[in-house]
Amino acid sequence: MTILARLTEKSWEPGPQPVERDRPSAGAVGMVAYFGVAMVMFSLLLAAYLMRMGLHAGTEHVHDWKPMPDPPLLWINTLVLAASSVAWEVARRERAVRAAIVGSALGVLFLGGQLLLWRHYQGAGYTLSSNPANAFFYLLTALHGLHIIGGLFAAGRALAAANMRNVALCALYWHFLLIVWLVLAALLLST
Amino acid sequence: MATTLADDLRPLHHPHSWVTKYVWSQDHKVIAIQYSCTAIGIGLVALVLSALMRLQLGFPGAFPAIQPDNYLQFVSMHGMIMVVYLLTALLLGGFGNYLIPLMIGARDMVFPFVNMLSFWFYLLSVIVLVAGFFVPGGPTGAGWTLYPPQAISEGTPGHQWGIVTMLVSLAIFVAAFTMGGLNYVTTVLQARTRGMTLMRMPLSVWGIFTASVMGLLAFPALFVAAIMMLFDHLAGTSFFMPTMQSMGAITPTQGGSPLLFQHLFWFFGHPEVYIVALPAFGIVSDLISVHARRNIFGYRMMVWAIVIIGALSFLVWAHHMYVSGMNPYFGFFFATSTLIIAIPTAIKVYNWLLTLWRGDIHLRVPMLFAIAFIFTFIHGGLSGLFLGNVSVDVPLSDTFFVVAHFHMVMGVSPVLVIFGAIYHWYPKIFGRMWNETLGKLHFWITFLGVYAIFLPMHYLGILGVPRRYYALGETAFIPQSVHLANAWISIAALVVFCAQGLFFFNMIWSLFRGPRADPNPWGAASLEWLTPDTPPAHGNWGPHLPVVYRWAYDYSVPGAARDFIPQTEPQVEQRA
Amino acid sequence: MPVAVAIAMLVVGSVAFHLFSPWWRTPIASNWGSIDSALDVTLWICGAAFVGLNLFLAWALVKYRHRPGHRAHYEPENPSLERRLTFWTAIGIAGMLAPGLAAWGKYVSVPKEATVIEAVGQQWQWSFRYPGPDGVLGAAGVKYITPDNGLGLDPLDPFGRDDILVESGDLHLPVGKPVKIVLRSKDVLHDFYVPEFRAKMDLVPGIVTYFWLTPTKTGTFDILCAELCGTGHHAMRGKVVVETPQAFAQWQAQQSSFGQILAEAPPAAMSILLIKANACIVPASWSIR
Ligand code: HEM
Ligand SMILES: [Cu+2]
Ligand SMILES: [Cu+2]
Repeated sequence: MTILARLTEKSWEPGPQPVERDRPSAGAVGMVAYFGVAMVMFSLLLAAYLMRMGLHAGTEHVHDWKPMPDPPLLWINTLVLAASSVAWEVARRERAVRAAIVGSALGVLFLGGQLLLWRHYQGAGYTLSSNPANAFFYLLTALHGLHIIGGLFAAGRALAAANMRNVALCALYWHFLLIVWLVLAALLLST
Repeated sequence: MATTLADDLRPLHHPHSWVTKYVWSQDHKVIAIQYSCTAIGIGLVALVLSALMRLQLGFPGAFPAIQPDNYLQFVSMHGMIMVVYLLTALLLGGFGNYLIPLMIGARDMVFPFVNMLSFWFYLLSVIVLVAGFFVPGGPTGAGWTLYPPQAISEGTPGHQWGIVTMLVSLAIFVAAFTMGGLNYVTTVLQARTRGMTLMRMPLSVWGIFTASVMGLLAFPALFVAAIMMLFDHLAGTSFFMPTMQSMGAITPTQGGSPLLFQHLFWFFGHPEVYIVALPAFGIVSDLISVHARRNIFGYRMMVWAIVIIGALSFLVWAHHMYVSGMNPYFGFFFATSTLIIAIPTAIKVYNWLLTLWRGDIHLRVPMLFAIAFIFTFIHGGLSGLFLGNVSVDVPLSDTFFVVAHFHMVMGVSPVLVIFGAIYHWYPKIFGRMWNETLGKLHFWITFLGVYAIFLPMHYLGILGVPRRYYALGETAFIPQSVHLANAWISIAALVVFCAQGLFFFNMIWSLFRGPRADPNPWGAASLEWLTPDTPPAHGNWGPHLPVVYRWAYDYSVPGAARDFIPQTEPQVEQRA
Repeated sequence: MPVAVAIAMLVVGSVAFHLFSPWWRTPIASNWGSIDSALDVTLWICGAAFVGLNLFLAWALVKYRHRPGHRAHYEPENPSLERRLTFWTAIGIAGMLAPGLAAWGKYVSVPKEATVIEAVGQQWQWSFRYPGPDGVLGAAGVKYITPDNGLGLDPLDPFGRDDILVESGDLHLPVGKPVKIVLRSKDVLHDFYVPEFRAKMDLVPGIVTYFWLTPTKTGTFDILCAELCGTGHHAMRGKVVVETPQAFAQWQAQQSSFGQILAEAPPAAMSILLIKANACIVPASWSIR
């Protein structure tokens, strides 16, 4: 039944016999709902980023927005996260615990890379409070990193319990974080 | 990844000791009560603060202990607690938790552990919030809107530490709400019992469900805004902080946008109004239908209206910013979208009235509150049209007209529903009956009292009295009679304040002394009244989940023996 | 039953309160009668809805109260009734939205001939600036502020020299002339609000906001702050004096310009001022004509 048909049901009329239906697992539904939450959060930050960046176009303020450089590490980290996502996809399709472990390890590597990136920027004088572009960068990467940490935690639990259904959920979650990261990286690179 | 109902029969986490049963409980009903008690407890703090504010406004100068700083702190804490920590937590964490699984025929929420965490995070957020009263400088006095730059700069009470505890507490609250909200949404989507189609759900579930979805999408805005403001305050960034003069010196921050904060805040703040209102709409629909012994009129319209209001409310946030200095041309769009929302809202009102029409109205205490709600909601909804209608908002914004409007529509109205709902479900929750006389007394004082408080405020606002004013001082356009009105309002507020004692006494006394309640004292058709035990036991349904054959509103069906048919009763002729 | 009576009494009481309450709009002193009439239209439509709906409620409560043997009517929905109600509601909404939007249309379009006057807010007082003979306000910004340059004018901007400053006095406006009031804040948010003018607008640090009006009545009115700005919010008052153009010109002639103030400033203060002006920080600075 389409969602429209369900929402126009005249439920006071006698309906069909109640039957047992298949339904997605609670975990899957809950996770998709969470994607909604995270998506709104990151989208709002992106909107805030663009608004804050373009703020002075209209007024006669002097530009205070200084874009950050794009070191190679940014690309490397992106590749690491993509590889991690591939490993998780293998784990999901092949029900392979090994691949899931590789995926998690690459996730840890990505976090390490992000930390290095922070150090790199800090060393070059791009500190949190020196420019709004930097502040947004640190804020966005920190929130994204927290999501990765959460994912690693969940992955650890799923693997410890050898629960392949949850491993599959972890893989989906990982793809989601990859997409978020790609959008963030594209924004950081293009501005 | 498909599961069947068999999953719902998996063994529940079974409580063993008193501690796991009542403290670290994963039972949605216990969590609901924990949520409700915490919310009501902190709500009482907000109520006391409102009494203190009224003392100052009604009798300026008579209470030298209340200084301008204190007044602003009371205003801010009162507003924030009422909106977020009382109403949101009580309607979703309390009623949502209690009613959803029972009304859709589930054994519990789908993630009971996360549900428990949600409560403990909420409690933590309340503790951090209250800590604000004890930090140096006291709680924040920036208004519940917490606008920067003043929220974190010199000249505003609590700009050092009070604002930090407030923002941290809000961030924790958002985390708690997200955990709870995911549970409510997933449970409704995934754990409905056999035969419980979406359109057979009671409107309470629809209201709570839609509000939860909205909360999940709106609270991130508050979260982001709180984190960014914390950065500005503690790490010296300038997301929101412009170049400005503070303490006679120029601040090091530059270029930040106070309006950016306002957009983020109201992107949360407006939906928040409906996060509070929609569960109340849903619950009141059920109260009216049950006590008028009539099906809710236009059920499908009611569901669609809830969903449409929920969706549209993400498109109207800037009606709080008509005179904020944003691009004035936005005003056209936001005024139009705001007034369009009034249409589905009006339909809901009509359908409540049409449910009473040709009904068989039993005026029991829950119904009295529901009727009072209709009255105050009509009043508050209509005054909202003034404020939504851009140019009319220009003289009225930031005056007592606004204060009167939002108290009527999102203060008084949901609170009346909450009272009605507590009286309505109390027999199921505790298995005892409350005292009718005390209930009626409580109703009359509260209903007439709040109207006496908030009706005159509209007129003070039209006259031009601004809100968040510690004292009116010598102002040419304010006649002496305004001070009289303020004193009168304050007296009414104190009477209402005291009358709540009746409610608490009634509830607590009845818990021990009330007569045993019938399992279904109102003759209601929805599932929560059909549990094998009253109060429902852990797992709700005994060995077998209920099976649903009809909608929740089969009242006074022609030809039926009784004037209601429970949802679990098979239809005579069932389509194949 | 008593609740039906109470609802009916509350409706009657509210209407009576409306008719007899001593508190209503202040007598208008600007051109914004269109705002008042949009309010009136909204009030009539909403008032009718309030009375009608609640009297229906009271009537239904009496008529359909529970009596032994009485049974409710079973009727799941009535789409045509609901459609009609929706239609008439939409008409009512459109009826009040139209004058509202029309008035807003005027509010946001400043007439060309309006003179520019600046109001500057700070915790917790108002100051004002007039463009002087050249009709142009000079550049200003928080970064230029010194003890002798409280409003932060750019000392190097020639347009600013003839600007007339009123730092702790009343705002004077000529009656019958449209003015665009531009708003600037030195610290936090404020809001310029004169109830008799109906108009108001926030002051936002970092940007310049504005609104316009034509004063239509001579007299002295209170300026209030309508955006919470800290401890002294309720005490942030000013006065606006609306007077005939002659009286206004006379008053203006007695005020001192930024150039005069600079000329009287001691050399030491002058150099601080110029150092600030040349400093390479980049905060807000603007000029407007
Ligand atoms: C008898 C009950 C209540 C009384 C007497 C009362 C009184 C007040 C007063 C005097 C103010 C400050 C007005 C001002 O100076 O601007 C205020 C503000 C406020 N109240 Fe209430 N209130 C009550 C219940 C509620 C409830 C149930 C809510 C729930 C929504 C609520 C929400 C607010 C909010 C959001 C503000 C604005 C705070 C701000 O300006 O930042 N109040 N109330
Ligand atoms: Cu709103
Ligand atoms: Cu102020």
